Amino acid sequence: MSTMVQAIRMALHVAEERHDLTDVFGEDVGPPLGGAFTATQGIKCAWNTPLDERGIVGASIGLGLAGCRNVGEIQFCDYAYNTIDLLKLAGLQTWSTNGDWNVPMTIMTPVGAGIRGSIYHSHSFDATATHIPGFKIAIPSTPRDAYGLLLSCIVDPNPCFFLVPKALMRVRSAPGEEIPGEPGDERALSKMIDAPLGDRAKWQPQWPDTPDIFIPFGEGRTLRRGRDLTVVSYGRTLPLCKKAADELSQEGVEAEVIDPRTLHPYDWPRIRESIKRTGRALFVNEDSEISNFGEHLLRRTVEELFYELSAPPRLLAGAFVPGVGLADNLEMASVPQLPSIRDAMRQLAHQQA
Amino acid sequence: MSTSLRPVPRAPDSDVSPELLLRIHDLMLKSRILEERLIAMYKQGDGYFWIGGPGEEAFNVPLGLLIQKGRGPQYDYCHFHYRQSATLLAMGADPANAMRQMKNTATDPYSGGRNFCNHYSIFEWNVVPVTSTIEAQYAIGIGTAIAQKRAGGRGITIVTGGDAGTAEGDFASALIWSSRPANPLPMLMVVTNNKWGISTPWTGQHGEKRISERGKAFGIESKTIDGNDPEVSYRELAAAMEYVRSERKPFLLEALVSRLYGHSSASGANAVVDEADCLKGFEKKLEERKLLTRQQIDELRQKYALELQEMHRKVRQEPQPKGDTIYQNVFMDRDKVREGS
Repeated sequence: MSTMVQAIRMALHVAEERHDLTDVFGEDVGPPLGGAFTATQGIKCAWNTPLDERGIVGASIGLGLAGCRNVGEIQFCDYAYNTIDLLKLAGLQTWSTNGDWNVPMTIMTPVGAGIRGSIYHSHSFDATATHIPGFKIAIPSTPRDAYGLLLSCIVDPNPCFFLVPKALMRVRSAPGEEIPGEPGDERALSKMIDAPLGDRAKWQPQWPDTPDIFIPFGEGRTLRRGRDLTVVSYGRTLPLCKKAADELSQEGVEAEVIDPRTLHPYDWPRIRESIKRTGRALFVNEDSEISNFGEHLLRRTVEELFYELSAPPRLLAGAFVPGVGLADNLEMASVPQLPSIRDAMRQLAHQQA
Repeated sequence: MSTSLRPVPRAPDSDVSPELLLRIHDLMLKSRILEERLIAMYKQGDGYFWIGGPGEEAFNVPLGLLIQKGRGPQYDYCHFHYRQSATLLAMGADPANAMRQMKNTATDPYSGGRNFCNHYSIFEWNVVPVTSTIEAQYAIGIGTAIAQKRAGGRGITIVTGGDAGTAEGDFASALIWSSRPANPLPMLMVVTNNKWGISTPWTGQHGEKRISERGKAFGIESKTIDGNDPEVSYRELAAAMEYVRSERKPFLLEALVSRLYGHSSASGANAVVDEADCLKGFEKKLEERKLLTRQQIDELRQKYALELQEMHRKVRQEPQPKGDTIYQNVFMDRDKVREGS
C-alpha cells in the first residue's frame, strides 16, 4: 500500500523502462538524495542540476524539442515564478508555429500548504498553471491517481504540469485503491523501493511489477454521491471535503464530492451534470481567491446553469494575501480547513432558494 | 581583434575559395535586399512590425553555409534570434516565406500569420521557434545539446543572441550548464555584438571588455572576432564548429557586427550612416581582388531587387488566416518530434 511519493517513483520507473522516459532532473533529484521528498529515489535516468530553475525549464523544453520525453522538477512550485516566461514559451511552441513543433515534457512540482512551509514553501500553483495555455495540468489526490496521471503526462506529446499536493505525499492508498502489483504490506514495499539511510552507494531498488495505467486528461472522479449539493475540489482540500461530507451526512445533508483530477482539460460534463441535479455548487481549493480557477468554474456555472440553481454558487479558497504565514494560526487562517469547509457546505445546503 | 583564450583549431585560409567568396557575397546581397524589402513592406502597410538583421550578413551567411541542416539530434539544432534572415537564406530558405510572415498570411510556414517577421520555425531543419523574449533560447538550447551529447555523432546546438541579452540570466545558465564537469555539452554559443540594446548603448551598461571573456571562468573556449568580415567569420566559425563537433564541448563566439536600420520599426527602421556596412566593405574587397566589377554588383542588386519586388506583389495577394482558426494547434495529437525515434 503505497504513499503518493512511492507511487510517483513507481510511475517514473515504469516510464523509464517501458515508455522512453529519458530524463528526470532537477535540484537534488538524482543520487544520493533522490528528491527533496524522495520521489525520484532509485530512478536510473534521474540526475542533479545546478540550482537554476530557468535552466531546468529551458532544458526540459529543449529535450522535448529533441524528442526526449522528460520530467523536470521544480523543487517547490514557489521557485517556479522566475520561469514564467519559459513556461509560457513551452505552452506556445505548438501554437506559435501553427503545429510545426510539439514538446513532450512534464514539469513536476510540489504545491500547496499543509506542512508549515512558510512563505516560500506553501504556494499553490493551480491558478498560475491554468493561466498558461498550451499545458495540460494534472493534480492527483491519491497514490493511484498520481501513478496513472503521471504516466499520462509523460506519454502526452504536449507540455504537462504534474502538481503534487505536498500535504498528501505521505498519505497512503485507501483500501481497494491500491496500484495493482504493489505489495499490500507497507513495510514490504518500503523495503523494496525506499532508499536506506546512510550510505546508498550499493543500494538497488526492487521494483514491484506494476501495470500501465493511463488516467485520461479530462476524466474526473466522483468520490461520493449526494443529492443536496455539489462540491468540487482537488489537492489538499479534497480529502477534507470528503470528510466534511461524511460528517454532514449525520445531519441529513448529502453532498456530492467531485475530484476533476486534471484542471486542463477538465471534466465539465461531470461537474455540470452534478450541479444540474443538486442545484447547489461549492468550489474549494487553497490557491488565493482572486483570479482563482474555482472562480472560472463558478462563472461557467452561473452562465450555463443559472436557472437550474437553488442558491448562489460559492467559492472557498485561500486568502488573497502575499503568502502563507509560518505560525500555526496564520497558516490555518490562510487556507481552507475542515471547519471552514464544513461550515460552507452546511450553509450552502440550507440556504433558502 | 581576436582574443582567443587558448589555441583553437583554425581552418586554413585557402578554405575560403574565390567561388565561396562569390557565393557568400551573393547571399549577403540577397539577404540585404530581402531585409530592405521587408522594411518597405512595413512602410507600405504590408505588415505591422519589422525587426531583422541588416548589418549582420557577413557573419550570418557563413553561419548558414556551415550548419549541418536536417531533422533530429544527428543534425544541428538552431536556436536563433530575430536578426538571422541571412542565415536562413544561406541554409536555403525561400525569401517569400519571410515576406509571408511579414504580411502575416495564412501561408506563412513559420507561424501561419501568428508571429512577427523573422521569427522562424523549420521543423525539417531543426530550426526551433524563434522567441521575442531575448535570451530564452540560451536556456532552451541546453536541452537539445543534452540530447545530442547522448546521441553521439557530430550534431551540435547553435544558440545565437545579441549583446544586450547577455545581461539576462539565461546566458549565465548556458555557460554553467554547457560546462558542467558531469556532462559538458556540444553547444556553440554565439553573441552577435552590435553594441546596442534597443536605444541603449552597450558601453553604458556593461563593464566587461569582451563578452567572450565570460567563458573564461568556466573553461569554455572563447573568442571575439570581426563579424563584419565574412572571410574571418567563415574561418572562425568553421574552426569553432569543428571543435564543438569533435570535442563535444562548448564554445563561446562573440562576433562584432553592425546594426544598420536601428532596433526595429519601433525606432523608425531608417538607415544609419555611422556604422560600418559589411556588404559595402566586402564588395570593395571583391572589386580590388578582381572577383567582381561594380557593374556586375549593380546588375546583381537590380536582379534581386526586381525578383523580390515581384515576390512581394504575389505574397500580397495571399490570404490572411481566418479568425476561427485561433483554437487550432493549441495541442498536438501527433508526437511529431518523436516520430522515427
